[in-house]
Amino acid sequence: MKHLTSIRELSKASAIALLDNAQQLSQVNDRDVKKLPALRGKTVVNLFFENSTRTRISFEIAAKRLSADVINFSAESSSVSKGETLKDTAQTLEALGADAIVIRHPLSGAPKNLAANNWISASVINAGDGSHEHPTQALLDALTMRQVIGSTTDLSGLKVLIVGDILHSRVARSNLLLLNLLGAEVEIAGPNSLIPEGIEELGATISNSFENSLAKKPNAVMMLRVQKERMQGEYFTSHQEYSRHWALDSERLSMLGADSMILHPGPMNRGFEISSEAADDPRSKVLQQVSNGVAVRMAVLYGCLSGGQS
Amino acid sequence: MSQRVVLDGADIDRALKRISHEILEANEGPKDIVLLGIPTRGKHLAKRIAKILESIDPAFENQVGVLDITMYRDDATSTERVIRTTEIPNGGINDKVVVLVDDVLYSGRTVRAALDAITDYGRPRQVKLAVLVDRGHRELPIRADFVGKNLPTAKTERVKVQLSEADPIDQVVIFQ
Repeated sequence: MKHLTSIRELSKASAIALLDNAQQLSQVNDRDVKKLPALRGKTVVNLFFENSTRTRISFEIAAKRLSADVINFSAESSSVSKGETLKDTAQTLEALGADAIVIRHPLSGAPKNLAANNWISASVINAGDGSHEHPTQALLDALTMRQVIGSTTDLSGLKVLIVGDILHSRVARSNLLLLNLLGAEVEIAGPNSLIPEGIEELGATISNSFENSLAKKPNAVMMLRVQKERMQGEYFTSHQEYSRHWALDSERLSMLGADSMILHPGPMNRGFEISSEAADDPRSKVLQQVSNGVAVRMAVLYGCLSGGQS
Repeated sequence: MSQRVVLDGADIDRALKRISHEILEANEGPKDIVLLGIPTRGKHLAKRIAKILESIDPAFENQVGVLDITMYRDDATSTERVIRTTEIPNGGINDKVVVLVDDVLYSGRTVRAALDAITDYGRPRQVKLAVLVDRGHRELPIRADFVGKNLPTAKTERVKVQLSEADPIDQVVIFQ
């Protein structure tokens, strides 16, 4: 694995192997010495054209746990605001010694562009591009689901319900691809205006009622963050209206099975798409997701930076 | 491909029994002994030695674990490898006598990586090395304390330890 720009680059076997490595690497978190020497001498650059403290910190910790050197490059404070192209930025970073570039970009396809054009020989890892994909988020969600159900292989037969703004969600898109690859059954639910046309072709049934979906007893409910910065009023009439139909409130929480799990990619809007009661419920695996994020990113960095120059 | 059996099942049993006695003799008893097997064959050998130690001296506390060295290799990024579990016994390794167990001692690079890994888990009083086969050709200043069989080999030959836990039968074979 040279790059990871999309879940589509993974086969079922390679996805499971990646999750297996991540599972082993998650042990490092429990040690006194939380460091492995595997990537000593390698340089990882976090190239972020969008603000994301959590994802950046997660990648930074992952790289440091593997003994790589980490440079954080945030676009707002750089020459990008002076008009430098992505190609020039990436080539400059490589000339400075970057072995891997972790990129977050507002434009869908930017990481793929960087990886496919032979501008650079460094590895490219997608940390979220536009409303396209966020592959490491899907992998950490899958790892969390595997741990909760006690699987060491795939997720066959697992019923997963994804709720909220599917239209703008790269998390939902990567999850749809990976969950289907691993054999899960996915249903998506949300307001009609936020369900993109043709999304069922990625492998999902569509529901227009949260209650009806909960009645089917999903094993996992993934609540998507309402990205207030993307909502300019035309997608739903009001926040109250959205919450009334699509929030995981106490009433809907009571419909959830005793061994179901609640997932959320964070940061949570408490009281908007998820109630505090649901967020703090023992079935909520949000913090486990965060820890798994570090392990998954370690596995991805190790996978991309090992294997010679192929 | 011609292959030659150099140790059969009974030979392996005898070698492990002798190693077990030697470990107890060198340590003047089972006190503080922790066995750490290196995956995958070393893990099985460590468990077998633990069983023998227990039968010889019930005071052995069955402190046996697994030490994966994948992320400590000096060529960690040459190919992508499967990372395996590390299990440190519940007593930890601080101030213990750790006996590393591996199937074949060759260049010594695996053992060097294991010594690094051990440092990250604690500070043993002593670290010793037990191997079923020492085939020579060391690339580092490392030697084994307990050896099942010294096996002179050519660098072009390969040595494979097969154990019933993972293979059809117990045997050590050498082939070109």
